[in-house]
Amino acid sequence: MIRVKSTLAALGAASLLGISGLAQAGATLDAVQKKGFVQCGISDGLPGFSYADAKGQYLGIDVDVCRAVAAAVFGDASKVKYSPLTAKERFTALQSGEVDMLSRNTTWTSSRDAAMGLNFTGVTYYDGQGFLVNKELGVKSAKELDGATVCIQAGTTTELNLSDYFRANNLKYTPITYDTSDESAKSLESGRCDVLTSDQSQLYAQRIKLAKPDDYVVLPEVISKEPLGPAVRQGDEEWFDIVRWTLFAMLNAEELGITSANVEEKAKSTKNPDVARLLGVEGEYGKDLKLPKDWAVQIVKQVGNYGEIFDRNVGAGSELKIERGLNALWNNGGVQYAPPVR
Amino acid sequence: MRTIDNPRPAGGSLLTDPRARAWLFQILAVITVVAFGWYLFHNTQTNLAHRGITSGFGFLENAAGFGISQHLIDYSESDTYGRVFWVGLLNTLLVSVIGIFLATVMGFILGVGRLSSNWLIRQLATLYIEIFRNIPPLLLIFFVYFAVISPLPGPRNSLSLWDAVFVNNRGVQMPAPSAADGFWSFWLALLVALVAVVLLNRWARARRHATGQMFPVFWTSLGLFLAIPWLMTFIAGVPFTWEVPELQRFNIRGGWVVIPELVSIVVALSVYTAAFIGETVRSGIQSVSYGQTEAAASLGLRPGQVLRLVIVPQALRVIVPPLTSQYLNLAKNSSLAAAIGYPDMVSLFAGTVLNQTGQAIETMAITMSVYLAISISISLLMNWYNKRIALIER
Amino acid sequence: MTIHTFKPDLPPPTISIGALGWLRANLFSSWINTLLTLVGLYLLWLIVPPVLEWAIFKADWTGETRADCSREGACWVFIQTRFGQFMYGFYPTELRWRVDAAAWLAIIGAAPLFLRQMPHKLRYGLGYLLVYPLLAYWLLHGGFLGLQTVPTSQWGGLMLTVVIAAVGIAGALPLGILLALGRRSDMPAIRVLCVTFIEFWRGVPLITVLFMSSVMLPLFLPEGMSLDKLLRAMLMVVFFEAAYIAEVVRGGLQAIPKGQYEAAAAMGLGYWRSTLLVILPQALKLVIPGIVNTFIALFKDTSLVIIIGLFDFLNSIKRATADPAWLGMSTEGYVFAALVYWMFCFGMSRYSMRLERKLDTGHKH
Repeated sequence: MIRVKSTLAALGAASLLGISGLAQAGATLDAVQKKGFVQCGISDGLPGFSYADAKGQYLGIDVDVCRAVAAAVFGDASKVKYSPLTAKERFTALQSGEVDMLSRNTTWTSSRDAAMGLNFTGVTYYDGQGFLVNKELGVKSAKELDGATVCIQAGTTTELNLSDYFRANNLKYTPITYDTSDESAKSLESGRCDVLTSDQSQLYAQRIKLAKPDDYVVLPEVISKEPLGPAVRQGDEEWFDIVRWTLFAMLNAEELGITSANVEEKAKSTKNPDVARLLGVEGEYGKDLKLPKDWAVQIVKQVGNYGEIFDRNVGAGSELKIERGLNALWNNGGVQYAPPVR
Repeated sequence: MRTIDNPRPAGGSLLTDPRARAWLFQILAVITVVAFGWYLFHNTQTNLAHRGITSGFGFLENAAGFGISQHLIDYSESDTYGRVFWVGLLNTLLVSVIGIFLATVMGFILGVGRLSSNWLIRQLATLYIEIFRNIPPLLLIFFVYFAVISPLPGPRNSLSLWDAVFVNNRGVQMPAPSAADGFWSFWLALLVALVAVVLLNRWARARRHATGQMFPVFWTSLGLFLAIPWLMTFIAGVPFTWEVPELQRFNIRGGWVVIPELVSIVVALSVYTAAFIGETVRSGIQSVSYGQTEAAASLGLRPGQVLRLVIVPQALRVIVPPLTSQYLNLAKNSSLAAAIGYPDMVSLFAGTVLNQTGQAIETMAITMSVYLAISISISLLMNWYNKRIALIER
Repeated sequence: MTIHTFKPDLPPPTISIGALGWLRANLFSSWINTLLTLVGLYLLWLIVPPVLEWAIFKADWTGETRADCSREGACWVFIQTRFGQFMYGFYPTELRWRVDAAAWLAIIGAAPLFLRQMPHKLRYGLGYLLVYPLLAYWLLHGGFLGLQTVPTSQWGGLMLTVVIAAVGIAGALPLGILLALGRRSDMPAIRVLCVTFIEFWRGVPLITVLFMSSVMLPLFLPEGMSLDKLLRAMLMVVFFEAAYIAEVVRGGLQAIPKGQYEAAAAMGLGYWRSTLLVILPQALKLVIPGIVNTFIALFKDTSLVIIIGLFDFLNSIKRATADPAWLGMSTEGYVFAALVYWMFCFGMSRYSMRLERKLDTGHKH
């Protein structure tokens, strides 16, 4: 009896023990293929980037990046498992192999890239830090914020930028630091703080979560560069390339006018060599990445090109209504630029 | 006494000899633990090396670069992580000390209330204890912070007392004395008062032992503490000026500010811990036999004196050990402050610093050692006190 | 001749029986008591009517949205609409029957243990302890024998709180007893190990340990191995509470007279048999209140998993109060949470008192 029990218990424990990727080159892809899904670290609730809807279904740009990687690897965008991570947990979770990739509105900085054992694969969203204030205060510019109480999320780059900015402009402030963005938003609403500071995209996202969004404005100043992007563990170039080129494929698709609606037709009838190479009609570019030939087709078909993802989650097609701005393609006045498939 | 040495039964192997077995068992246990520890250490080493994570305590020298809402020592963004450590430690100690003080006072009142001859007071004390010790402290903290303090008016509509003390959802602002010329005279006066009180105490005790007469020590001491510094201001002039808080564009600035996070955590923890201390005090007092009360009464002591001179000193012997563990709990629960953004040790060090540096192992090790040190210090202090008040059998 | 004159009658003794006598003895026996009574009554008058008015008389009980609440009293509609989430978290709605089934099985399975006439209680109890966890794991997590897997990341609400508490209790008790035995062992190495373990876990706050489990533990494990987040949290809770249980049990072991050990040894029982059959049954009986108090503390401590982002009962309520559609419901949410936690903890404490009275065999006197 006891032996049976312990065997069963071991079985049960084994199913809770996820075996995930190693840091050696190629190991992550092998492990991902073996277990049959991508374990993706996402944020624990940020409209537009990654959040759970009422049914517990995850949505957002960051989530779509995870889905795109799954589409590239498995040809099936649904083969993703999500780990919602707090700001504190995210790096250790990636470092330790708990997640295969981190797609969690994380700012690319030199120290994170170099000292924390991470590699950022690209930029999914060019962001900058801004301020959200109550209209009642009559503040028009961040320079008028002398003496204000500011709510921030703990352990983020914003915390450091904030202090730099106020010091550089010789302003005083009182920081109130919370663990989650929910708490900061709540505190702004209750008046515990005058200003909420965060990446601008997050400010828009948090503003729609407020009871009276129209009472609050985002100030014009952008005080920092916040390139947000997915990160993988250092030391596995193969997996790094896959995640990086998944993003590039989505950008290239937009540039070449390939959308989820016309991708299959284009794959059949294209005359454009650029399109043919991207969609695997010509050449063995998928194989170089250790991916199936139609990897980019699957990404665009199941998830969409970059523009579609942007519109659906944060842009015109969403509640956030954020302008493309910096995130427009390079030929449209933005800085999103992907190297060619060749 | 004669001892009989049982010779080991012939043919018994090492395994059946209890002493040998004990040794074997211990050696096995130690080896297992050491091997397990080494295994973890080895894993960590390889993990850190493979993933290119920096390690070591060098980061303590680096500039922190973030602001902190409450610091008892001077702190600015350009200070080091090492300084952040002290800020966090002092904030944690502040919560623990105020919390322990308030919880003890409330707990003693509750404990005595539970045994009051007044039925209503007894029921009220019981009700309080049964309610608050069955609710998680974290819930109490959230309740005070989000449901009591948040809805208070903002700084522009603060509730104010004489335009000097302001209460709003950003805490309590009150005038602060700032040192002026001759501030030393104030310290001197305090010192004089302290010496006077100590002497008075000695004298009063000696007189009580000699004649049995009581002297109102407490009230005289309080009087001395107020009167001597007050007199000093006549001689040396007012040693400080008052800095009165004033409403500015965003906040009320100046004076002392008690931030709402501190209020929440202190109120919640003392309310919670007081319920446990109340029970401890009750059982301590009940452990003193009723004969003691009767004997004291028959000596002509008044009820207050009976409690103070006869019951409490004896009850303390029973109360102190469990009281110690309540103090320890409170000190450890002060770490819950992290949940509402009070900048304590956990929130600053295991939160912000960990995240900015990415050095999980070092920061967690520092944080945990601090709490271990606090726990050990409280234990030692209370053990010393316990020994001092222990029954000396002659 | 002296004439005997009667002294005037003494007044009748004050009434010491009946309602008036009771009042006099218990509420107004002296001026200070009278004062206290008045203060107490004033306090009650200050607290009770507004609370009742808010919570019951002016509260809104029915509706769908925030607009259905008049905001003069409590808005219990909020609790009603979110009730499912508070109980099950993100557990898929169509699979919630599995949680209910696990709960009913626990109750029905444990019920015979409380019947006085039940035969073979010990054997049944042990069997139950062996079978039920497997059954519960199968129902809640699934993934084999035809049930769809529900990953632990979707567990939440009161269900998660109860699961953590139950696993914590089931794990902490045996481990705690072992540690207590180890601490009183004759073998110095074992003693030192146990003391170190116990003192370490008692000296650090649970939340630092939970932090450690969420940010540090992965670094300790070999590359490529990761433990479920919930499992890690549960492990920490078990270790933490085991240290407390160990101290409680040690108190019980110390209270057993030496004669018992000697008698057991004289009967020829070895260490394990004398411990299991003679010492532990007596020692545990003595410390039941302490053990239950630790369980109560454990139940309350489960709320700390909020710090590492698990969606336990308290966290699901906290999240719900941040919903813009239901702003300003903090009081309702937290009062409801307090009520639920209170019922569990108070229930446990009452049960322990009953058990203590039932098992009291007069050891302490």
